[in-house]
Amino acid sequence: MAITLDQTIRQKQRSWFATILGGQTFWVLIAVILACIFLSMATDSFATAKNIYNITRNVTFVAIIALGMTLVIITGGIDLSVGSVLCLCSMVLAIVMHAGYSIEVGIAASIGTALLVGAFNGLLIAYLGFPPFVVTLGMLSIARSLAMVASNNTVVFQFGPDHDKLLALGGGAWLFGIANPVLYMVVLALMTGFMLRWTKFGRYVFAIGGNEHAATLTGVPVQRIKVIVYMISALSAGVAGIIQTGWLGAVTTNIGAGMELQVIAAAVIGGANLAGGVGTAFGALIGAALIEVIRNSLGLLGINAFWQGSFIGGAIVLAVLFDRIRNLQRDE
Amino acid sequence: MGFCVNAHIRFSWEDIGKANSLEPRVEKKPSSKRTNSYKFWEARRLVAVLELTNISKHFGAIQAVNDISFSLEAGQVVGLMGDNGAGKSTLVKMIAGNFRPSHGTMRLDGAEIVLHRPKEARLHGIEIVHQDLALCNNLTAAANVFLGRELRRGIWPFRILDYKAMYKRAGEIFRELKSETRPRDLVKQMSGGQRQAVAIGRTMLSEAKIVLMDEPTAAISVRQVAEVLNLIRQLRDRGIVVVLISHRMPDVFSVADRVIVMRRGRKVADKPIAASSPEEVTGLITGAIEQV
Repeated sequence: MAITLDQTIRQKQRSWFATILGGQTFWVLIAVILACIFLSMATDSFATAKNIYNITRNVTFVAIIALGMTLVIITGGIDLSVGSVLCLCSMVLAIVMHAGYSIEVGIAASIGTALLVGAFNGLLIAYLGFPPFVVTLGMLSIARSLAMVASNNTVVFQFGPDHDKLLALGGGAWLFGIANPVLYMVVLALMTGFMLRWTKFGRYVFAIGGNEHAATLTGVPVQRIKVIVYMISALSAGVAGIIQTGWLGAVTTNIGAGMELQVIAAAVIGGANLAGGVGTAFGALIGAALIEVIRNSLGLLGINAFWQGSFIGGAIVLAVLFDRIRNLQRDE
Repeated sequence: MGFCVNAHIRFSWEDIGKANSLEPRVEKKPSSKRTNSYKFWEARRLVAVLELTNISKHFGAIQAVNDISFSLEAGQVVGLMGDNGAGKSTLVKMIAGNFRPSHGTMRLDGAEIVLHRPKEARLHGIEIVHQDLALCNNLTAAANVFLGRELRRGIWPFRILDYKAMYKRAGEIFRELKSETRPRDLVKQMSGGQRQAVAIGRTMLSEAKIVLMDEPTAAISVRQVAEVLNLIRQLRDRGIVVVLISHRMPDVFSVADRVIVMRRGRKVADKPIAASSPEEVTGLITGAIEQV
């Protein structure tokens, strides 16, 4: 009798293979791969080194922010301010460097700004109980306005003594011809994935999204974790801003406009659940990749660019539809 | 008559318990089958674990709990009964560190304690199983058991979660509870009885002395009730005091050794279950019987 109980307790309910097959991320990955195969055969220009370089680099800015956004979404929150924070951080970097400071000072100022903004969002949400939607909507407006105030709404394209270093940081390809931003993205994704799976912090992020009340009762420092999560989200926007500045070689006050919606779309397509408790770092990358592949392919296939929104919107609904169908089956 | 009904109810509930338990039901009276855990229990029962003396609590003008004294001994299941608003929850929340008593003292193992927050109660070995169980559906059973007390390995700053150890320990706890709960399963997919096992499993991580259970059988099926009552017996056999707050007369009469009845903030009865009957307790709860 005791052996039976032991066996039951040891038994795994689902193998790792079944777990992978059951995940939304897996099916989105399949969709991305199929789309790439189809495009390689249907067009001559897709599978060229130049186009692949372009796609991978374009993916990164959305993907990096989507990593931070995924954390926020797992806790059951939302961060609408990331596009504006990206703009503000780029502008802080540009202005500091334009004033003659080194790239290190510029990056430190930029990251400091991001952390400050994230801490402000987080404190209001965690300690004063503001709804995340409202706080970050306010910050969306404030951060962009601050960027305009700081730059007097001009374009900055001269970055002082370290001008070339900054451009190399964002626009170069230091390793095997892979664009630098892609390298940063991979490193950040690995870090995020590790954090979610292997640290106490990651466990708490999931617990808060699953049942915040339970997390509080069991002694999880819910408020502190939430503040950190919003700081990470703003930080990811800041990092993306720094890289994008280096890549573009100029900063205007409307970079990152509307980006928050692309980022949220990427996270959701990649399997993050807006109700909280579910999401992966890998999913964020795959989601961002799918959006970029759709965009790129429409251009290559000669389809009117006005259709872009329909296809991306369709992908969002379709990705979540798979998840709904699975859940409906389980409920029955 | 009272005795007759009492015996009948007890028999039927025991029966269900038997059908579900994986081991022959251990009688309340000590038998030779109980070995180590029983000795442990016997050793500890000599001292009262928790003593409440003249405990009162008022919220402004409302007197929620009025001058209550009792002591709890190791390895005892105490049913705490009373109507809504009788002061059961307030009393339990004071023991669990959620509220501080307005008057009176609490002594744990002979030493006076003052609890400011739930965490302090836990450090003293007082655990509570909340009515809503406080589980995260998106996490595994093991993750829920260890929530807030995760095991880690490695050296700082590379300390990572020790999944293997947590699955192993959670598995041991479920085995001790004789519950067919798999540590790797998501709580989302579990039955009411398994969810209870996960919530109760938490109390077994540390050496708990007192486990307070708030309405553990309120919202689950008959089969699962039997499972939960078995879990309570497992805790008792480990020498733990279990305070069972319940509205369900059959549950209290099948598992408790002693019943405390509260009405309007006062203790109106405190006696061995064998000396009472469901009718008497019902009378005490409603006020038909003033006091015994």
